[in-house]
Amino acid sequence: MEFLRPGCWEEALAAKAEHPAAVPLAGGTDVMVEINLGHRRPGHLLDLGRIGELSEWEVGEREVRLGACVPYARIVGELGRELPALALASRAVASPQIRNRGGVGGNLGTASPAGDAHPALLAAGAEVEVESVRGARRIPIDEFYTGVKRNALRPDELIKRVHVVRATGPQQFSKVGTRNAMVIAVCSFGLALHPGSRTVRTGIGSAAPTPRRAAEAEAFLAGALAEAGLWESRRAVPPSVAKRFAALAAGACSPIDDVRGTAGHRRHAVGVMARRTFLWAWEAYRNGAEGAA
Amino acid sequence: MMRVGFTVNGVRRTADGVWEGESLLYVLRERMGLPGSKNACEQGECGSCTVRLDGVPVCACLIAAGQAQDREVRTVEGLAEGGEPASVQRAFLDAGAVQCGFCTPGLLVAADELLERDTAPSDADIREALSGNLCRCTGYEKIMDAVRLAAARRREAV
Ligand SMILES: Cc1cc2nc3c(=O)[nH]c(=O)nc-3n(C[C@H](O)[C@H](O)[C@H](O)COP(=O)(O)OP(=O)(O)OC[C@H]3O[C@@H](n4cnc5c(N)ncnc54)[C@H](O)[C@@H]3O)c2cc1C
Ligand code: FES
Ligand code: FES
Repeated sequence: MEFLRPGCWEEALAAKAEHPAAVPLAGGTDVMVEINLGHRRPGHLLDLGRIGELSEWEVGEREVRLGACVPYARIVGELGRELPALALASRAVASPQIRNRGGVGGNLGTASPAGDAHPALLAAGAEVEVESVRGARRIPIDEFYTGVKRNALRPDELIKRVHVVRATGPQQFSKVGTRNAMVIAVCSFGLALHPGSRTVRTGIGSAAPTPRRAAEAEAFLAGALAEAGLWESRRAVPPSVAKRFAALAAGACSPIDDVRGTAGHRRHAVGVMARRTFLWAWEAYRNGAEGAA
Repeated sequence: MMRVGFTVNGVRRTADGVWEGESLLYVLRERMGLPGSKNACEQGECGSCTVRLDGVPVCACLIAAGQAQDREVRTVEGLAEGGEPASVQRAFLDAGAVQCGFCTPGLLVAADELLERDTAPSDADIREALSGNLCRCTGYEKIMDAVRLAAARRREAV
């Protein structure tokens, strides 16, 4: 095995081009578990820890440009206003020790359907900026997840940053686990109100082969809210609308039975979370909340 | 195999013949004679290997040795000063928070970092700061007592 320690981004891209099978190492909270357990013996480890810009972010007018290695702890502590769903999701990750190391780049790299960042990114709207020596491109988050633990990265590409749309309305994240701390999600749900475009976006975690949006549920809600003029009136949403939204969100799942839960339980839980997160967020919107729910 | 060098508890140390996939925990325990950080799960789940990397609490089992290069590591061995237990260690003993002691080093490092940030943590703050450290023996109540005691003593001391 070889341990590569590029000192800057260009060096990292060159190393990845030369060794496409090299395993990038960010916080190591997924990679090192696999190495410790003997599940992975890469020929090269590519440590990204010396590339300062990957641990930085910038708040732009419309989006936050979040470096791939910004640890969850800093998202929780410093980006709760701009990225409420992602901050809530980051807070739900494991333990302080893990949140001090792990970040969104690694979560995207692993692309586990259970990763907590995914529902929040799907709900907020995001693009993943990836680069190789051949050039850079931005992958819409909806197209990033391609299968169970598979993503749209090409072998020579690295994730540089994630462009996450800044919240213009309340956002929520909810996670069902088997106990309170340190749990991989049985399933999870992210939701963001986008009052500017009169849309609601969602993200479902751990209830399908990939993280995904509940497209039909989103379309139904957009229609129902518009029809009744609720964005303008900020009136309460009829229970029948919330109920239908929940049913459509549950219907968007294609869950499996596994050690953490049954398919039926997951589908039911996603419906419950969809209803709750929507009603919480709508309540915050009615009370005039701008960003964080 | 590679050579890795970093500062441990204020002293510059190096280790040779380190395997590239080796963890910081292994280097500390097996190559630098610092067995205070414990090795239990090697999966980030128990916190018994908690050390500080550039001041931040992390699981040493999940840090690749090469990632610690030129950085600053603090282990439980670095808590005591001049052979005297640190206040947080004293409080753990006085509160009866140590049974088998396996979880204790990790808890001490995590608790010490909390108290450095916050000398008047609420119970919720303490629980949160220690949520990555498992203890199979004490049921946590004595550990809570110990951290409350250490906090109170720190406040008195200033
Ligand atoms: C005890 C424990 C509990 C956990 N609990 C949770 C939880 O509750 N929720 C959750 O979502 N996750 C959880 N995880 C998993 C893990 O912490 C997250 O997936 C985390 O986001 C990984 O980030 P990292 O920086 O540590 O990634 P790493 O382990 O460094 O990398 C993960 C993957 O991404 C690739 N990669 C990293 N950076 C890049 C990049 N810039 N470009 C291309 N590829 C890259 C790596 O090669 C690797 O394949 C847990 C892990 C542990 C050990
Ligand atoms: S040994 Fe590192 S967390 Fe358990
Ligand atoms: S005292 Fe035994 S594990 Fe905590």
